Amino acid sequence: MQINWLEFTPGPALLGGVILGLAAALYVHLHGRILGISGIISGLLTPKADDVTWRLALVFGLLSAPFWAVWLFDMHPIQVIDSDWAAVVIAGLLVGFGSAYGSGCTSGHGICGLSRLSPRSLVATLSFMLAGFITVFVIRHLIGT
Amino acid sequence: MRKHFTLISQYLIGVFFGFGLIISGMTNPQKILNFLDLTGSWDPSLLFVMGGAVLVGLAGFYLLTKRSQAFFGGVLHVPTRRDISKPLVIGSIIFGAGWGIAGFCPGPAIVSVGSGQAKALVFVIAMLAGMWICERFFKAHKQSA
Repeated sequence: MQINWLEFTPGPALLGGVILGLAAALYVHLHGRILGISGIISGLLTPKADDVTWRLALVFGLLSAPFWAVWLFDMHPIQVIDSDWAAVVIAGLLVGFGSAYGSGCTSGHGICGLSRLSPRSLVATLSFMLAGFITVFVIRHLIGT
Repeated sequence: MRKHFTLISQYLIGVFFGFGLIISGMTNPQKILNFLDLTGSWDPSLLFVMGGAVLVGLAGFYLLTKRSQAFFGGVLHVPTRRDISKPLVIGSIIFGAGWGIAGFCPGPAIVSVGSGQAKALVFVIAMLAGMWICERFFKAHKQSA
């Protein structure tokens, strides 16, 4: 293991993390729900009465975040996407299916679940982290050069 | 009137959560993959994101025990399941594999659509398809996180 000091950004990471935690805490106090993005989105696919507009409002908030970030703070996110189109489609299918089948993703299990000390979310978080480590190892070091 | 405030709050928390994702670097797939690349040049930043988020989240969810209903009204929809089920583990592993392929999880992918990334849009469409397949064929009813 070799730490990539050039890419390592502990300050912004911690600040961003605190904002994510605050958002999740505010959300459950104000709206009484877990701020789990996969669950909120997948709920749109099986719509029930009175259950659609609030989900859309949150999704529009996420979608417009980059606009406000630029407009208010002149903050332009750095984004490097190396994956080709086929990989993006396969990854999307797996992330969608897996987060629905496993009842959560990085926000619902990772942030909210660990904050609630939920044993299910701890198992889920360890499972997807381990799977992520192995996948990157296979792609970058076994298949790639 | 209350309904409008609820929706505005949903929207604003979406924006705020999006800021957290942008500042922390979660919206940069390359940064995610560098975190998951333990044997390559490892970027530990994501540990600080999770650490900051969970630290604040722990306080937030602890304070929730003093609350009987949501600020905007209605019951608290906090998961109560504690069983470590097969779908939880298998789903999380599948999710982690997808996360490791492209470096996108649901929240950051939606935010990246908002910043105009075509590959993020394709990812989100595939993700919705994956969720739909799960809801349609693998689940009678679901419970998030």
